[in-house]
Parts: sequence; structure tokens; C-alpha cells
Amino acid sequence: MPSTIPPNSVGVITPERFIYEDRFDLQSAEFLPGFELVYETYGELNTERSNAVLICHALSGNHHAAGYHHLEEEKPGWWDHCIGPGKCIDTNLFFVVSLNNLGGCHGSTGPLSTNPNTGTPYGPDFPTVVVKDWIKSQSLLADSLGINKFAAVIGGSLGGMQALQWAIDFPERVGSAIVIAAAAKLSAQNIAFNEIARQAITSDVAFAGGHYNRQQAVPDKGLGLARMIGHVTYLSDDGMREKFGRELKSGDLEKGAGVEFQVESYLRHQGEVFSRRFDANTYLLMTKALDYFDPARDHDDDLVATLATAQAKFLILSFTSDWRFSAERSKEIVNALIAARKNVASAVITSEHGHDSFLLPLPRYVKLLSSFLGKIYVDHCGGTEP
Amino acid sequence: MSLRKDLAIIAELVNANARVLDLGCGRGELLAHLQKFKQVNGYGLDVDPEHIRICIEKGVNVIEQDLDAGLGNFADDSFDIVVMTETLQSVKAPDKLLREMLRIGEECVITFPNFGHWRCRMQLLFFGRMPVAKHVPNTWFDTPNIHLCTFKDFERLAADLNFPIIERRVVNLNNVESPLGAVLPNLMGPVAFYRLGRSDRATT
Repeated sequence: MPSTIPPNSVGVITPERFIYEDRFDLQSAEFLPGFELVYETYGELNTERSNAVLICHALSGNHHAAGYHHLEEEKPGWWDHCIGPGKCIDTNLFFVVSLNNLGGCHGSTGPLSTNPNTGTPYGPDFPTVVVKDWIKSQSLLADSLGINKFAAVIGGSLGGMQALQWAIDFPERVGSAIVIAAAAKLSAQNIAFNEIARQAITSDVAFAGGHYNRQQAVPDKGLGLARMIGHVTYLSDDGMREKFGRELKSGDLEKGAGVEFQVESYLRHQGEVFSRRFDANTYLLMTKALDYFDPARDHDDDLVATLATAQAKFLILSFTSDWRFSAERSKEIVNALIAARKNVASAVITSEHGHDSFLLPLPRYVKLLSSFLGKIYVDHCGGTEP
Repeated sequence: MSLRKDLAIIAELVNANARVLDLGCGRGELLAHLQKFKQVNGYGLDVDPEHIRICIEKGVNVIEQDLDAGLGNFADDSFDIVVMTETLQSVKAPDKLLREMLRIGEECVITFPNFGHWRCRMQLLFFGRMPVAKHVPNTWFDTPNIHLCTFKDFERLAADLNFPIIERRVVNLNNVESPLGAVLPNLMGPVAFYRLGRSDRATT
């Protein structure tokens, strides 16, 4: 809880709702009879409507990217150190939009929402949504806000994939795309980790085929376990050694019994906290969206051809110790963009924090975002050179 | 915008809308100039974090890539011109890199400090010490320059690799072409400037 709101914070933010009342066709050939997206905005849209920036969240993220919902809130939004007045995504310059994706569990239409056909929550019957569906729904939100073109679409991990998909699906609506710690498609190893996480959830007895809400139960053990697996893959070996080493939380190595390492207790805590704030069906849906992401699939697996129509200026960032979405995966995107003769800059940031790096205020990372966006502001938003 | 002399010469050589790759692009001066005045589709490679940040701030297409790790990610004939200024002397395998440059590009431009310059020769001859001069400012134990060479050395390498020299110029550090260097490049020229082509291409 902040005793006072820091001057470089966007302050107290009230989420808003976008309601779409028409039929919304999905890639899966299913449809939703309409949907709602919960979103937040920071900063002011200029009169030319040219300074909008879209933030796309990752697997377990949501719309609350910056500021506080109320003064008693423990922590600010998940990317607060990057979004705010004078920060690298500068709300003095940009109008920032951040939403909870379709299928989410923090206010947008998803498995927790009521299915109008049955009058009960969708639960496991919520249709499959993929990244392309998200982009389409986000474009409708942009329409409703009067944003024809984003100066930048920004995201890390699954969010970076959305930024890439935006540049492919709506080339004329994206001034720049910042794709961080992402990939053009998942590797088999990556899908395997997602599958283990899904198995952890679905094999929890409380999961009940996804209808746990009917029984007023929560598959918290399975969801917690899924998060623990995910969490390990988001850190690096060095990072974990640095953070936990072999420190003991309790017990005595000499006597053997009841030993608990710091890392164990940390992971259990992470799992427990996560299972309280996240919905199991949403977790399954989001990991599936990750697995299915493969924009080149529609172009004979040719990523260069897929990117041929893109008009955005790209910034591709990756981190040295990230093995879940390694720098090599980002390099594939960069190479395809060069082959397609697109404007692209890329950097590989030294970090020992693994995939989680994209959420951390690493000095070089933050400076690069700031430098790139400063130029975007000049080129796209009529700003002057600083 | 005032460009360093060697970069200004290169900028003149590049046609409008050309595809340019700049190896060791530094602060992106050349590419920023070419993007602004010649609508060039260019990319620069560098590894220095501050160089990369400055390039990004300028809107230059900079890619963080180590030249010593090779250029295998660039397709054959994907560039009109591949440029490498003041970098040849610090790469691990200059000969391999030259081959790669002319695989990727039709033509390449290379500049490097001339180790055959009289100031270098004098220091070695009279003082018996590794030369330190304006154009080679580092001490022997603290230098990125692991493959220093002379005009003559470079021309022998180009001949061995069968890459015809399209043009040779001699540049000095005061941003002018050196008249003495034009007569006695290997002795009087501090900075060498070469344009190389492919052997399968007619040179005039």
C-alpha cells in the first residue's frame, strides 16, 4: 500500500468496460453472441488520435498494468515501473490502453462469465480462442476508442506474439510493434511444459472436468502445481541459485527429516497465491492459445511471406538467460523481418533472470524501450526531438 | 549533418533505395544519413549496448549481432553493398568475413587503419616498441585490434581471395583525402579505403 501515490505513477485507476453486442466469430468456427472486455487507459489521447499505445498481456497477466485501483492496493499494476509520467512508456506523451484478453478471468468475457444459452458459467465449454481472435477483439476495442492506428503495440511473451500478430493482421493500424521475449511459434519443448501444466490441472480431482464451480470447489492443488512448473521455466538456473541457493527454510540436513529448502517454500507460496487469483479453465485456454500460435501456418510455414505485408517498425528484444523463449527464437523473427526488408531493430539483453526478465526494470531494457518510443513519438505523434 | 570523411565517401557511393548492410555500424551515423537522404533500406550490426541504444534512438535498423559469430543468417545477394568501417582489424577471421561480405553483397567497402604508416614504422624501427598513433590509439595489451594490416597486406589478401579492387582511396584523420597518401599510400596514408567486387564481375 502506498502511503502517498508517487508522482511518476498514473495514480488511482478505474477499469472500464467495452461491450460488443454483435456476434463475434472465432477462428475455431465457433462464435460468441457478444463479449465484454475490461480495460484501463493511462494518459490522454491527442486530438489527432495518433499517440495510442496498446499493451498486450502475457499468459497470466491482465488489464491492470499500471497505477492502483485504490489506495489500499498492495501492489501497483504489473508493468507499473514502465508505464507512467516520465517512465519509458511515457503517459505524458502516449495514451496507453491495456486490456484483459477474451477468455481471461479478471473481468473480460471468459470461462467465468455466464453463457447466455444456459444461464450458467461457461466453464470448460468456453470456446477456444487463439491469438488472432484476441487481435480482432482488440481492434474492435480500438474502434470504440476512436483509435485508427496505434503508435505502438507492445507485449512480452504471449503479449509479444500479439504484437506480432497485430502487425500481420492489421498492417495499416500499427506504427510500431515491440515484441519482447517471444517467438514466432512455440517449440515442442515449450508445448510440452504447457501440457504438463494442463495435466496438473485436469488431473486434480477437484477439477471435475472443468465444472468445479458447480461443486463450489477449486482445483487449487492442480493450478498451483501448474504455476510451480511454469515458474521454474520462467527463471534461470543461475537466477535460482542466486535467489535461493540451497538455503533451508526449516529442518536440519544432518537429521534428514522435515527438511524444507527455501526454493520449495517459495514455489509452494507462488502456487498458492496464483491458485487464489486465477481460474483453471482460463489457464488451460491461455496455454492453448500459446501452443496454437503460428502465424506462418497460413502461409506455407513461410514466416518471411507472412510478414511481407507488415508496415510496422519492429523492435525485437530478448534476454540471454531466457530458455523458455530463448534469444534464438527472437533471432528467427529478426531474420525473417530482415529477409522481408522490414524496419527492425533488435537487442539481446544480458540478464540472469530468465524469461521473467521482461517484467523486471532492467536498466538497459528500460532505456531501449524509452529510446525506441521517443523516436516513435517524433515520427508518429508529431512530437519534437527531445 | 557532417559525416566522418570515410562515411561521406561511402554515402556518395550508395545509390538511392539501395540495400545496405553496415558491419560494426557504431552510432549509426552512416545509416541514419542514408535513410534520411537516400531512402536506403539498411541494417547495421553492432554489439556495443550504448551504440545499439543510440542507433535505436535515431531510428536506425540496428541488429545486435557479433561479427565473429558469422553472417550465416543473411542470404546470398541480399544486399547491394556491404560496408565495414574501422572494424576489419578487430575481427577474428578477416578473410572469412570478407568472403561472407561478398557472398551477401555485390560489392563491399572496407576501411581500416594502415599499420604501414610511417609513424608506426618509426616507432618500431627507432624505439623498438609497438606503435601507438592517432589512427591506432591503443596500447598493445589493451586493444580490440587483433588483426592490424597495411595497404599491401590487404591487397595481397584481396588477390588471394580473387576479389578485384574496384577502387582504393587514402584518407587521413583531418577529414580530407591525403595528397601525399595518394602517392605513397602504404607509407603516408593513415586510413585505407577499399571497394571490392566479385571476381565474376567486370571491373573497370
